[in-house]
Amino acid sequence: MDLSLTEEQKLIVEMVKRFVRDEVAPLEDSLDPDEDTLPPEQFDKLVAKTKEMGLYGLGIPPEYGGPEVDITTNTLIAIEYSQHRAGLYAPCYGAFGGAGLAQMFEATEEQKEKYLYPTLRGEMKTFFGLSEPSGGSDPARAIQTRAVRDGDEWVINGSKLWISGADQADYGLLFARTNPKEGRGGVTCFIVETHWPGFNVRRIVHTLRQARHATEIQMEDLRVPHTNILGVEGGGFAIANDRLTRQRIPYAAACLGPAFKAHEMAIEYSQIRETFGAALSSRQGIQWMLVENEIDLRTARWFVLDAAAKADRGDDFRTEAAICKLVASEAAGRVIDRSMQIHGGLGVAKDLPFERWYREIRIRRIGEGPSEVQKHIIARDILGAGLR
Amino acid sequence: MDLALTEEQQLIVDMVRRFVREEIVPLEADLDPDADELPAEDFDRLVEMVKNMGLYGLDTPPEYGGPEIDLVTRCLIAIECGQHRAGLYAPCYYVFGGARQAQLFEATAEQQDKYLYPMLDGKKKVFFALSEPSGGSDPARAIQTRAVRDGDDWILNGTKLWISGADRADYGLLFARTGGPGRGGVTAFIVETQWEGFNVRRAVHTLRSAKYANEIELTDLRVPHENILGQEGGGFAIANDRLMRQRIPYAAECIGIAVKANEMAVEYSKIRETFGAPLSERQGIQWMLVENEIDIRAMKWLTFDAACKADRGDPFRTESAIAKLQCSELSGKVVDRSMQIHGGLGVAKDLPLERWYREIRIRRIGEGPSEVQKHVIARDIIGSGLR
Amino acid sequence: MAVRLDKSWIPLNDENVAKLAAHLGVYQLANDDGEILYIGMAGARSLFGLKGELKTALEEPPAGVTQFRIEVNMSYRTRRLELLQTYMHDHGELPAANTDIDANSIGRLRPG
Repeated sequence: MDLSLTEEQKLIVEMVKRFVRDEVAPLEDSLDPDEDTLPPEQFDKLVAKTKEMGLYGLGIPPEYGGPEVDITTNTLIAIEYSQHRAGLYAPCYGAFGGAGLAQMFEATEEQKEKYLYPTLRGEMKTFFGLSEPSGGSDPARAIQTRAVRDGDEWVINGSKLWISGADQADYGLLFARTNPKEGRGGVTCFIVETHWPGFNVRRIVHTLRQARHATEIQMEDLRVPHTNILGVEGGGFAIANDRLTRQRIPYAAACLGPAFKAHEMAIEYSQIRETFGAALSSRQGIQWMLVENEIDLRTARWFVLDAAAKADRGDDFRTEAAICKLVASEAAGRVIDRSMQIHGGLGVAKDLPFERWYREIRIRRIGEGPSEVQKHIIARDILGAGLR
Repeated sequence: MDLALTEEQQLIVDMVRRFVREEIVPLEADLDPDADELPAEDFDRLVEMVKNMGLYGLDTPPEYGGPEIDLVTRCLIAIECGQHRAGLYAPCYYVFGGARQAQLFEATAEQQDKYLYPMLDGKKKVFFALSEPSGGSDPARAIQTRAVRDGDDWILNGTKLWISGADRADYGLLFARTGGPGRGGVTAFIVETQWEGFNVRRAVHTLRSAKYANEIELTDLRVPHENILGQEGGGFAIANDRLMRQRIPYAAECIGIAVKANEMAVEYSKIRETFGAPLSERQGIQWMLVENEIDIRAMKWLTFDAACKADRGDPFRTESAIAKLQCSELSGKVVDRSMQIHGGLGVAKDLPLERWYREIRIRRIGEGPSEVQKHVIARDIIGSGLR
Repeated sequence: MAVRLDKSWIPLNDENVAKLAAHLGVYQLANDDGEILYIGMAGARSLFGLKGELKTALEEPPAGVTQFRIEVNMSYRTRRLELLQTYMHDHGELPAANTDIDANSIGRLRPG
C-alpha cells in the first residue's frame, strides 16, 4: 500500500492546478456567474493548452487517441480541474475534451464510423436518454418508453426527462422497452439522431442550476433502424447499469473541486474578517467549522481514490463507487455550506461563486442516483442479496 | 399555562389558512416563478379582503389604526401567510400591510406627520439602512459612514450594503457615526432618497430575487438636523432594539414554507414508487418525514415562547435569539429533506421547493447569522463576563 | 410556466420602465403589432436587473421596438435560451434584433 502520489501524478496535479488558476479562473471575472460556455476563441486557446499538456481527451482510451491516464490519475485531475466557479458542471469549460458517451466504444465498426469518430473529433454532440418521468434510478422497472419492431425498423413512443443537452446534441443513446413482459431483459439501447422526425425536445427543465441544463423529450412514432441498436436487443439494462456504476467515481471526484476551493476561500476570509473586535479565525466556533470542512474533504477524497484504485486494479468496485458518490456529494455540500456561512452576506451574493456552487452541489445529492439509492445499493451489498 | 390556541386564535388561523389557499396560491399559477409582487388590481382586491377580515396593518399599534393583535397571534398568522411559493420573502405579497419601520412610532410629531402616516397609509415606501460592507451584526463597531455637523445640517459620506428596497423607497432610516468609536457614536437619520448625494449604486444579486438588496453610496448627502430620529448618539439603542424585536417575526416567517414543504413531501411519498414500493413504505423515508415533523414542532414552540415572553413584557433576548437560530436552521433542513424526497422534481422550477431552498439559505445569515445568535445566547447563559 | 411567454405587451416608455424593479429575468421587445424583435435577459452582471436592461432598450431601442414584456426568473439563462429556441421553431429564424446570438449555436426545440 502506498498512499502518496507518484512523481508523475504530482507533476500532472501541479500542472492542472496552475492551468486552472492562471488560465481559467481569470476569465470568469467578466462572465455571467452562471456561464457554462466560453467564446470560441477563448475555448480554442484553452484546448491548445490542454493538448500541449498531453491531457486532451480525458476518458478516451489511448487506442482512440486519448491520453494514457488511469482512473486514479483521472480522479486527481477531476479534483483539480473543477476548482473554479463553473467547475462543477463545466470543468474548465470543457477544454479537456472527453469521450462523450463511453458506451460507444462498444459499438459496431459501422456505428463507430458514423457516430463515435466524429464525436471524438469534436464534430458531434451527444446525449444520454435513460431517465423518464417515472424515475431514473431503477431502469429495469421505470422505463415505459416503448419500441415496437416494424420490418427493419423500430418505432419508438414515450417520453424522457432530465436529459442533459438533448437540445444541443446531434445524436444520443435512448433506452426503450422492446419486450414488455421482461424487466431487465426487456430494455434495449438505441442510437438516435436528434433531427429525425418524431424526436421532439419539448422544453428545457429549469432547475437550481443553469449549466448543462436538462430537457424533456417526447418520442412520437420515432423510427430507428434496427442497425442502430447498441449492443444486443434486450441488452440495454447492462449498458445502463454499467454506466451508472462507472459514472459514480468521476461524478464524486468533481464534487470535491469546488468544495476544496470554497474551503480555501473560507480559511483566507476568516483571517481577514473581523467581528466584535477579533478576526473570525480566532473564534473557536469558526475554527471548528473549518476543522469539519478539512475532515469532510479528506474523508471524501480517500473514498473516491479507493473506488478509483479498485476500478484500476480490475476489482469489483460497486460498493466503493456507491459509497464515494454518497459521501462526496454530501460532504461537498456541507463544506460549501459552511464556507458560505463564514462569508456571511457575501456568501449568498453573486459577486462570489459560493451561491452557484450551493445551488449546483445540491443537485449532486439527487443526480446519478440520489443518496438514498446509493444507501440502498450499499445496504444490499453489506447485508447480502437476501435484501431486495 | 395553557398551550392550546384560544377560540379566537383558532378562528383567525383558519381564516388566514383559507385565504392563502383560496386567494393567494391560485394566483401563483400565472405569476413569474420568482415574482414578489401582484398585479395592482389583484393587490388592491386582496387588501380589501384583508381589511374586511380585520387583519390589515398587523403590527401597527391600535392607536395608529392597526388591529389589536398580540405577538403570539401574529406569529400564528405569519406561519399561515408563508405557505405559498413567494411566502418566505413576500408573504401573501404584503396584502396584510404592516408597520415596516416600527422605529418611526418613536419619532417627533412633526416627523410622524411627514414620514410615519404616509407609510402607514401605504402611500410611501421605506428602507432600513444599517449594514455596511464591514458588517451589520455588530453596529457599534461596524458603522463607518460618517456624519459631520455643518450649521443646521449634517453631511453624510459612506457606503451601505444589503439594504432592501432602497431603490424604490421614498425615505428611510440610515445610521451614521456622529461621534467617536463605539455605541455612543452612532445616530439614526431619516433620509429622503431623492436628495442629492443619495446614490443607489446597484442591486446586490443573491440567491434570491424577491426583496433584493441594494448598495448605497452617500456622497456629501446633506440631512437637516431635525431629521435625526431620537437623540444624537442614540442610534445604537434604536438599531439594537430593532435587531432584537425583528428576530421573532423573522423566525416565525421561516416556519410557513417548512410546513408546506413537509405537507408536499408526505403527499408525494405516498404516490411515488421506486424499486416496486411507494416511498412512504420505506423506513429511511419515513424517518426523514418524522424528523421534518419534529423540527416543525420545535420551531413553533420556541417561537411561541419568545413571542409570549415579549407579550408579557418579560426579557426575551435569549428566547428571540434561540427562535431565530432554530427556525432558520430547521426550516432549511425541512425544505432540504422535502426536496430530497421529491428527487429530480425537487430541484426543478416546476415546484416551489427550489425557490424555498435558495431563499431559506439566506435566513441563516440575514438579521444576524446563526453564529451571532449563538454568541448572544452564550453571553446570556454564561453571564456577562463573556465578551 | 408555459414554454411560450404569453403576457400582455406594455408600451416601452419612461413611466412604465420607472415602475420596474431590479429583478433578474428575461424580457421580450416587440413592435406595434406585437411581433417579437428581441429576446434578452437581465443577468447577475447587470447593475439594475430588468429595470436597467429595459432602460437601455428605451434609450437605444432596436428598430421598430415600441413594447415590452418581462418574466422575473432566476433561471434567466436557460429561460432565455428556451424562448430563443421556441421563436426559432415558430419562425425559422431568430428575432430581427438578436444579432448578438449565433443561430447555429442555440440548439433545437420542438415545443408542442
